[in-house]
Amino acid sequence: MNYSMIFYLIGWTLNAMAGFMTLPLFVSLYYGESSYLYFIPVIAVSLVLGISLVHKKPKNTVFYAREGFTSFTSVALIWIVLSIVGSLPFIISGEIPHFVDAVFETASGFTTTGSSILVNVEKMSRGMQFWRSFTHWIGGMGVLVLLLAIVPLVGGHNFQLMKAESPGPAVSKFVPKIKKSAAILYAIYIAMTVIQIILLVIFKMPVFDAVVTAFGSAGTGGFGIKVDSMASYSWQIQLITGIFMMLFGVNFTVYYLILTKKFRQAFGSEELRVYILIIALSTLAITFDAGEYFNGFGETLNHAFFQVSSIITTTGFATFDFNVWPTFSKSIIVLLMFIGASAGSTGGGLKVSRIIILTKSVYRELQRTLRPRSVKKVRFDKKPITDDTVRSVGVYLAAYFLVFSLSVLVLSLDNFDFTTSFTATAATINNIGPGLEVVGPAGGFSEFSDLSKIMMIFNMLAGRLEFYPIFSLFYLPFKR
Amino acid sequence: MNIIIVGCGKVGSTIAEQLQIENHDVTVVDIDEEVVNELTYKLDIMGVVGNGTSNTVLQEAGISDADIVIAVTEMDEMNLLCCLIAKKTSNCNTVARVRNPIYSNETEFLKKELGISMIINPELAASQEVSRLLSLPSVIEISTFANGKIEILKLKVEKNSVLCGMTLIKMRKAIPGNVLICAVEREDEALIPTGDFIIEAEDYIYIIASKKDSQLFLSSLGLFTDKVKDTIIIGGGGLAYYLATDLLYLGLDVKIIEIDRERCEELSELLPKASIIHGDGIDESLLLEEGLTTASSLVALTNLDEENIMLSLYAKKISGEKIKTVTKINKITFDEVISSLNLGSVVVPKNIMTEHILQYVRALENSYGSNVETMYRLVNGKVEALEFNVNEDSEVVDIPLKSLNIKKNILISCINRKGKIITPGGDDAIHRGDTVIVVTTESGLSDLSEILD
Repeated sequence: MNYSMIFYLIGWTLNAMAGFMTLPLFVSLYYGESSYLYFIPVIAVSLVLGISLVHKKPKNTVFYAREGFTSFTSVALIWIVLSIVGSLPFIISGEIPHFVDAVFETASGFTTTGSSILVNVEKMSRGMQFWRSFTHWIGGMGVLVLLLAIVPLVGGHNFQLMKAESPGPAVSKFVPKIKKSAAILYAIYIAMTVIQIILLVIFKMPVFDAVVTAFGSAGTGGFGIKVDSMASYSWQIQLITGIFMMLFGVNFTVYYLILTKKFRQAFGSEELRVYILIIALSTLAITFDAGEYFNGFGETLNHAFFQVSSIITTTGFATFDFNVWPTFSKSIIVLLMFIGASAGSTGGGLKVSRIIILTKSVYRELQRTLRPRSVKKVRFDKKPITDDTVRSVGVYLAAYFLVFSLSVLVLSLDNFDFTTSFTATAATINNIGPGLEVVGPAGGFSEFSDLSKIMMIFNMLAGRLEFYPIFSLFYLPFKR
Repeated sequence: MNIIIVGCGKVGSTIAEQLQIENHDVTVVDIDEEVVNELTYKLDIMGVVGNGTSNTVLQEAGISDADIVIAVTEMDEMNLLCCLIAKKTSNCNTVARVRNPIYSNETEFLKKELGISMIINPELAASQEVSRLLSLPSVIEISTFANGKIEILKLKVEKNSVLCGMTLIKMRKAIPGNVLICAVEREDEALIPTGDFIIEAEDYIYIIASKKDSQLFLSSLGLFTDKVKDTIIIGGGGLAYYLATDLLYLGLDVKIIEIDRERCEELSELLPKASIIHGDGIDESLLLEEGLTTASSLVALTNLDEENIMLSLYAKKISGEKIKTVTKINKITFDEVISSLNLGSVVVPKNIMTEHILQYVRALENSYGSNVETMYRLVNGKVEALEFNVNEDSEVVDIPLKSLNIKKNILISCINRKGKIITPGGDDAIHRGDTVIVVTTESGLSDLSEILD
């Protein structure tokens, strides 16, 4: 394993962090707050550590192609460093004094979960609110992807890093050079964020709110600056946010294909079509089920769409306390939590492509069992589903299940009701944010014990990085 | 440049790796998914799984923007068809590997009618390399620049050589022939020597000079500069055929030992002036019978690398250093081990083909405006020798070399001024319009100004 490479990457991450933190610093100065003082020491320390670590470029820039350790462990460590260093401003300023709470909130930010331990977010300073939401934006597309785009990183093995950090069963390249691919991703990401901000401001959302909401939608995170999340904004603002959340949950390759005018390929994506279908059906189902809470069909549709879009993309914004909805609607919501967004987007969950592959592999297995002599290829997006594909998705599901079970068990020690422990686990592993009951949209995570919070931090990181990078840290001692 | 490589075998993947290092946008195409995945995972390139002769697949690989398409699959016909389709679709440059001798005789026709820019026959290319090595028997490797006017020759310093113990400065005064030692391989390490560097026995030195000067230098050292007079070739395949044809034309006595009776008959019809011996080349008694002890050269061209290695080692053992041996290596890649064995010159056909294709790409890029005209790798890839054009006024122009603040481990080895070859001393300066040969252990130099600190 290439240790010098790992430290080099952590060094760049720290430098990047220092860079990122300058934005909330300026926001804080703009609003005339004192919170900027707390960013300065963290920026300084990050920069000093960062520069000293990147000073010596690692001599051996090779990670042997099939050796996954270095890339996976780097990614895991980088995200842990992000969560801890990113929490320092909250701790130093006293706005989130308790260490575990601060790391929880920060991890929730970077992993774009959106679960919060804050009881009243509106009391937080603008600078800190901005930083909190900005972590969503950074974590959504990924820190390593950003570094790959702008930093002269090493060797031709950058693809392994990108693959380790990016969600989904397969990562595709747009163009031969990784640097360009990463730059293209970020360009699309930035453009969409800016468009959303502009649209929100046009519909009379205050600029600060618009920026924060756009960050939360782009990263599909869900941190807001109001206790009632998005409930008090106008229906137009809610609709725009609903649409943009849905857009950020689409595989970014589709956007690249659209930009390069390959429309048929773009809209022919099976995952895209299933994704839209699920959203459409769920929205309609909830509209007919939860109508009693709203005035009229239009309003119901708007709220249903918003909530479906928010949960399937694992954003977590809410326009209504859906905890009071009828059980059918709530069940749909919970199932959407597991389905998740498309691969290659900023969303979490199992991912629509995995769901499709799993479903089709059941069909395939059925074919083989009932008609063993018949030869029929089951395809996903024109490629046949091979034993390898089924195996890797199946094992992923197993990893998911193991972590899920452990979490439910640990959380149950706090003695909340079962739905709470269950949906709190679901909300953190799938990087959604709110769950049901105690952790519903009207509640929060503040009442859990420190042990549970630590378990949930693990869930959030494991879910965002898709398990294996985090697992690799535990595998280290057994490596020999 | 945008480059598409069809066929991810050893040659395809080596070219892809090298071109990607030289900053080109590379896309590979192969019908085997695993191979493509493996390569795109390892290298900063894109891959498409599919048949390279299909227009759809080529479109997906980006043929409409491609500058060069390199077809190096196992099948000649696929390579030719791929280039034809590529040329029709996008009018780019095309390179095809074609091994079948039937086609080799018609390369001009194929190039013209199918619009292919370059056709490479790996065996023909290798045979030309062997021919060159046999014409300068004391030399282990030859690399040429400036259309052959400048040569870098690799020599071994034997224990009894006058060079042992000399510094470079002394050597220039003592031995006639205006040559510069631009690189030294000592015990697997690559060194760029300065004036006070002392040459030791068992060193491998790379000298750079004009053809005339290198001849003078070699003969002053008492090293034979005459071509060999005869050769024994073990193995009668395609390479042997091309080589024999060339050597016979140059007036050498050629003896080929081939194990397959039918092939022997074929060869005797194709090469009436050569002696064709039917037998197993690794039979010691046969070799001695056929005059190994008096032969001036042995070329081991069987299909098995192990046999070729043993043959060369044996020849050197029996005849001593006076016999020139050339060993063909196909598959084995343990470079450091191979270079530590006393095999004489080693010829790796796939590497030769790769080098030719890379030279072509660099020359094309050069015509698009880059400044590197030619590049070779010496000392197992640890040293690069680059030929730079000095077109614009760069910071190195018109300043005496001794006043230039050049980085360590870079040597300005040769200046070609309108055909005049200059071995530069401290007072010489680089002028606009020159080409300069730089030898360095640093990789990735793409502009002459990068030699400065």
